[in-house]
Amino acid sequence: MQTIPFMEKTYYDPADLKKFGDVAEFGPELAKKFFDYYGDVFKEGALTAREKSLIALAVAHAIQCPYCIDAYTSDSLEKGITDEQMMEAVHVTTAIRGGASLVHSVQMMNKSKKLSM
Amino acid sequence: MIKSLRANHHILANTQEQLRILSEGVFASGELPSFEDRLNLINDYPLKPSSIQIFQVNIGYMCNQVCKHCHVDAGPDRKEIMTRDTMKMCIDIIKEANIKTLDLTGGAPEMNPDFRWFVEEANKAGVEEIIVRSNLTIILANPSYYDLPQFFKKNKVRVISSLPFYQPDKTDRQRGEGVFEKSIKALHMLNEVGYGQDRTGLLLDLVYNPAGAFLPADQLQLERDFKKELKNHFDIDFNSLFTITNLPISRFLEFLLRTDNYDDYMEKLVNAFNPSAVKGVMCRNTLSVDYQGYLYDCDFNQMLGLKVQKAAGQHLRDFDINKLENREIKISQHCYGCTAGAGSSCQGTVA
Repeated sequence: MQTIPFMEKTYYDPADLKKFGDVAEFGPELAKKFFDYYGDVFKEGALTAREKSLIALAVAHAIQCPYCIDAYTSDSLEKGITDEQMMEAVHVTTAIRGGASLVHSVQMMNKSKKLSM
Repeated sequence: MIKSLRANHHILANTQEQLRILSEGVFASGELPSFEDRLNLINDYPLKPSSIQIFQVNIGYMCNQVCKHCHVDAGPDRKEIMTRDTMKMCIDIIKEANIKTLDLTGGAPEMNPDFRWFVEEANKAGVEEIIVRSNLTIILANPSYYDLPQFFKKNKVRVISSLPFYQPDKTDRQRGEGVFEKSIKALHMLNEVGYGQDRTGLLLDLVYNPAGAFLPADQLQLERDFKKELKNHFDIDFNSLFTITNLPISRFLEFLLRTDNYDDYMEKLVNAFNPSAVKGVMCRNTLSVDYQGYLYDCDFNQMLGLKVQKAAGQHLRDFDINKLENREIKISQHCYGCTAGAGSSCQGTVA
């Protein structure tokens, strides 16, 4: 019988990360296109593979994807990225996320000023 | 002071227990293929040597450091040590079998009281290259070692030193408090006598191994990082950087099990299996010798108590190059460490 581990108890299981490729089961053509594309994206290009790994780590924190944080922390270590560099990348995420909220306060200020005598 | 697994009577000090762990679990369940199965798939089983060019002699397990990942389980409490008589047997074989490289390791090989004698005799015997695998801090451990850089220079010894990272924190976490600072001082002493400098012919190589359950970064990229950082921050020069993958034995195995990283690490190694790395694994051109004169396919097999195949002759006194070059190399699942990614050996990547 097929087992569906943890599904009823928790939304996330670390073991599911290894099964990422299995998404092809429900749609092989798009999965193939996606994974081919994914592989090409992370190849050394105008950006180094190391830079791409750090960007992925920063984005992983922005979208708060536990699979991606797991994968790109390991990947960063395996690319010789230091703990300090990883933390700086996450602070970039935080600055942009925090800034995105804060910059909207200009709208709040505009509105408040318009309404106020 | 941290003690060895042996001194702590840890169950993993027992090599049979390590071999049991390596053959059970994810490998017995079929979740991951055994190394033998994997080699069979590419028609490389049994694994056979090419020609034996390197004699890697472990002259004692005593060390002034107790590194967390040490595959030897070395430390100040280990008393196993090679005698001059066994060294003499090595020298005779080096002459007779035309061995190109004598690679001295330990423990801290410099702590063997006959270390200098051995190096001088090997030079007289005409060996092309003598390597000492130095932990660096030994040079500063006692005034009697302060002149080691001059001794190495005089005897044209190639120095290969462990330095897990170019920053203090990762190095000290793995090798002990204060190790980084002492290593830097020792590297300065080696640079001062000409090691790692242009046109001196005195080679100083560094060894990087990951400070945890992950694979090493690209060797060339890391070499560039190390060169830049060590030059800018500490004015240190060296020749090459070798990346070595941590093999799941001894203290590193203990770490993997204790931190629940073992299954994932083995899966990582298996998934990174590189058939072209199999061609370059060091057991194909290297013989490992232990302090008592027994022969092994590599230093890792030595630490697992896996002597060379019996029919090939398991001791220096039975040395027969033809039999040894026709032996079958003993393998277990730890061998996946040498075939992962770009491969791994005592001279760095192999593929």
